Amino acid sequence: MSHVRYIDRTRDYYLGEGYATPYRWAHFDDVPFTRLPRPLAECRLGLVTTSEMVIRGRESELEHVENDPTRPGYSLPMATPTTDLYSRKASYDKHATTLDDVDAYLPLTHLHRLVDERRIAGLAPRFQVVHSQYSQRRTLTVDAPRIFAELHEDRVDAAVLTAV
Amino acid sequence: MSLVARYLEEHGIPTVVFGCARDIVEHCGVPRFVFTDFPLGNPTGRPFDPASQRHILSLGLELLGSAPGPRTTVQSPYEWSADTTWKARVLTREQPFLDGADKAKWLERKAAYKELKGMGTA
Repeated sequence: MSHVRYIDRTRDYYLGEGYATPYRWAHFDDVPFTRLPRPLAECRLGLVTTSEMVIRGRESELEHVENDPTRPGYSLPMATPTTDLYSRKASYDKHATTLDDVDAYLPLTHLHRLVDERRIAGLAPRFQVVHSQYSQRRTLTVDAPRIFAELHEDRVDAAVLTAV
Repeated sequence: MSLVARYLEEHGIPTVVFGCARDIVEHCGVPRFVFTDFPLGNPTGRPFDPASQRHILSLGLELLGSAPGPRTTVQSPYEWSADTTWKARVLTREQPFLDGADKAKWLERKAAYKELKGMGTA
């Protein structure tokens, strides 16, 4: 069976729910492209995710994010053990799968192992969390520039992005 | 997430996106994409299956250097299960994506955001 057409599925679903105007998914004719500047083994990587990670027992540090309707992004230490992390993401296919294994959507264990094996040169000291926003404008004018600034500050050569 | 990938790439940082919604990512258009045909939530492997996780991550890291140009998609070889009922059920009235408290929270946030936007502060 071929993959799920989520654009069609969400349109039909929300029409059925009484929303007359379908969501307009982002679409561009042109796609930017930057070549990897050096071999992977010499690259330092950043990590960005929509998985709304939280450190167990430190939820209060992210209260401002939870209470802010603009859903600001944030970063957490890359060295956080996966056993200390969990996802607060509600919009995933909870009928079919689980977010109980962090590495199935935020491959921290495997990235650290690749550094140990010298397959990559290193990792940024923090990973970035961005929310799936209602506003594409906000993603482009607020979230993306913040993430770029921090990745640039962390001197990454490339970034891994996980859409959850 | 695709919008973030595009922004980073425009500003000189190569990216690879891992995702399970092929149509949404490709409709937007990203430089490099590793598609895994799993339920939404597991773009980097099957839960509690480190071998699939490592393999899928490796596909993406290889793609960072090997993609000949933008809109390069690689599909990982994994199938979620022989039973594809989950594909027919996701996002249907019988099986909504968000329900109960999650749906209420989503609607509440959406309304609060709209209000801020109306005031010109979002």
